Amino acid sequence: MEQKTKIDAENGKQEILITREFDLPVELLFKAYEEPEIVAQWMGTKVLKLENKKHGSYIFETSDQKGNVAFVASGVIHEFVPEEKITRTFEMENTPFAAQLEFLTFEKLTHDRSKLTMHVIYKSVAVRDQILALPFAQGINMAHNRLQNIVSQLK
Amino acid sequence: MNLRRDVFQAIADPTRRAILLLVATQSMTAGAIAASFDTARPTVSKHLRILTECELLEQKQNGREVHYHTNAKKMKEIADFIEPFRKMWDDRFNKLEDIMKNYKPTK
Repeated sequence: MEQKTKIDAENGKQEILITREFDLPVELLFKAYEEPEIVAQWMGTKVLKLENKKHGSYIFETSDQKGNVAFVASGVIHEFVPEEKITRTFEMENTPFAAQLEFLTFEKLTHDRSKLTMHVIYKSVAVRDQILALPFAQGINMAHNRLQNIVSQLK
Repeated sequence: MNLRRDVFQAIADPTRRAILLLVATQSMTAGAIAASFDTARPTVSKHLRILTECELLEQKQNGREVHYHTNAKKMKEIADFIEPFRKMWDDRFNKLEDIMKNYKPTK
């Protein structure tokens, strides 16, 4: 199957590039980031706050299947240019992970196709690799490693 | 053998990543590896032990010398470790696309 979402994570770097092309006009793609109700649907999170403006901030709250709060993610918005770009920080609260910087670029490809580029910069290479490995660590059932300890602190 | 070590703990360290890169192209003795770093030799030995314990490196007796080389199978596991992360975003974006294809402006 073709991989629509691509992750470019060069070894030893503290950044990654997530790219994805959508069968959507750029206006609709951007709207999915702008409207709290829509963000909530595709991110699978509660949107407690979303101020789409320079110096604005946001708070997302994600629950597990039992409805307990699994983690809270928040950040501030540095740039918000409709159908063009969002620059923001992202932090998982109460975890050992430092905040990360995200540059989101929205591009029109044709009238009904668009492209999203997410450039994420982490505090260090180690933090990047640990965060990238999180879904992996949650997926495997292997005991007593450091990553799993970190994951358990998220619960 | 000590408790099983995790490969991601192993590659979280920059010196260990450098060792893997170095040995990836040719098998080398511990002495030759240590000579490539400013780090004290016991420190390099410790890194080699960790990399061997988590099976990223393998030892091979070559006459009187022990050569280290990378374990291709284990290295591939690292190459694949971001796949679940990619899948997570792919799932989210697929959902986004589905939602927006059916989006009706409420004006």
